[in-house]
Amino acid sequence: MSDTFFSGAPHWAWLIILYFFVGGIAGGACFLAAVVDWFGGPEDRPVVRTGYSVAAWGAILSGALLTIDLGRPLRFWHMLFQSANVPALMFKGWSPISFGAWAILVFGLFAVLSALGGMAEEGRLHNPALRAVGGAVRGGLAKVVGGVAGLLGVFIAGYTGILLSVTNRPIWADSPWLGALFVASGASTGAAALILLAPGRGATEQSLARLSAFDTKALVVELLVLVLFVASLGSVNRVWIGFWGLVLLVGVVGLGIVAPLRLHLQRRPLASAAKLVLLGGFLLRVATILASEGIERYRVAAGM
Amino acid sequence: MPEPMGFFTDTTVCIGCKACEVACKEWNQLPAENGGIRELSGDSYDNTRRLDGIHWRHVRFIEQFKGPYDGRWLMMSDVCKHCVQAGCLEVCPTGAIIRTEFDTVVIQSDVCNGCRACIAACPFGVIDINPVSGTAQKCTLCYDRLKVGLEPACSKACPTDSIQFGSIVELRTRAQKRVDQLKSQGVKAELYGADPNGALGGLNSFYLLVDQPEVYGLPRNPQLPTRNLAKSSSFSLASAAVLGVLALVGLRKRRMDDMGGPGAGGSN
Repeated sequence: MSDTFFSGAPHWAWLIILYFFVGGIAGGACFLAAVVDWFGGPEDRPVVRTGYSVAAWGAILSGALLTIDLGRPLRFWHMLFQSANVPALMFKGWSPISFGAWAILVFGLFAVLSALGGMAEEGRLHNPALRAVGGAVRGGLAKVVGGVAGLLGVFIAGYTGILLSVTNRPIWADSPWLGALFVASGASTGAAALILLAPGRGATEQSLARLSAFDTKALVVELLVLVLFVASLGSVNRVWIGFWGLVLLVGVVGLGIVAPLRLHLQRRPLASAAKLVLLGGFLLRVATILASEGIERYRVAAGM
Repeated sequence: MPEPMGFFTDTTVCIGCKACEVACKEWNQLPAENGGIRELSGDSYDNTRRLDGIHWRHVRFIEQFKGPYDGRWLMMSDVCKHCVQAGCLEVCPTGAIIRTEFDTVVIQSDVCNGCRACIAACPFGVIDINPVSGTAQKCTLCYDRLKVGLEPACSKACPTDSIQFGSIVELRTRAQKRVDQLKSQGVKAELYGADPNGALGGLNSFYLLVDQPEVYGLPRNPQLPTRNLAKSSSFSLASAAVLGVLALVGLRKRRMDDMGGPGAGGSN
């Protein structure tokens, strides 16, 4: 039996699952927006602007979800500053949760600046202060700010998986592939969110087809990493015999990866595939987190 | 500077009286569960079942019965191991978990914000949230008592000296003598966590066991959570690099399409 079965469950449930999902979308969408920002053409601007907006709202929602989930929400700032020694910073580079707290803050800052830049570009900012900030983020500066946000986005999408691996819990600590899996899922769900939202801001058919082509590749990578993840679990795989295994197989692999891949190959409407990708991304977090959460140490020890 | 202090728990003399559990609850003013209305486990005299935020001591009852006349009870008073290399302390993002001058590991309740990273990091399942404070809590090895020269409440209350408190160096010597004594009597006794070169740099609360560690609900080879950090990060970076290249290649191809140059061809 893996030694991880003797640890206790941290009660990371729906708020954390939602955060992992939203953070993945925000990070993935921001990364894609930055790539298109740097290497795309003028006709791709709606995708870029949508991506930065998804990142900004995602970062804000992520911060809110994480704060509400704390046992003492008003002490959220203890993650950032030494509570007895303000303004000394609280930072542990080897602790993903500490690193992540800072990353979300900085990612949120850069994503909001990029989103404001995009909104100013569209002439949608009416508040003078916001218009001034948004107006300043343009040209070369906008590319640098967006590029930093994009790189941080990749981190935000993946560090949550690393965070789970840097524990002593079953499944999470039994495989080194969760971070890689969440990166791939962040890319696929980020692209899916852009496919669904970018048309509202004037994205062209060509831009959407390009995103869809990327999403196909991201789903293939995700499936490969998922296979590696399951293979690396070895004997721990017995935890999947049950409801969460069914969710992983039918919900994540079937509905979330294989079905949208088939739709892409058949060149069916992009929105249907994108919705399935989002569903699969959500169920991936649900299955990996709740399958481990359900394992209670004292029951394992008692052979129940 | 005080020397490292801790517990040596000799499970062979534990009688399962739970005086340690009561003393711990009383001294640390830990609340009752469910307002004192507790469901019985129904299959054991062990109704506490586990260590958590309001049970910092737990007497584990292991019932090994092959038939009506062939069996034994193993009893072990479980507690935080105060690891020399502590996983909880390692990951705590607020700095709430500290190492004291007695080489024990303590959670400062006024700093903890209840993120629960330490719960998942502990290889022994020791820590949990205290619903009253909303913060993660566990045994402090009675830090407040140690500060004024008193021994922890549990070991003070233990009527058989199954829980012994003292300096780690002295406890290790005492524990080895006890193992030798038991072995000379034909008992298969082993120490768990006493080796400073062993897992987690040794445990400042270590045990004498007469069966496999798993039987007592203890991992055979407890490890630090950061053992996975480098590998997990590398694989994530590799995944990000592959996806980054895929995204860039797609765009490059499009540019070539636009230019109508060599390699142009509709992949999109």
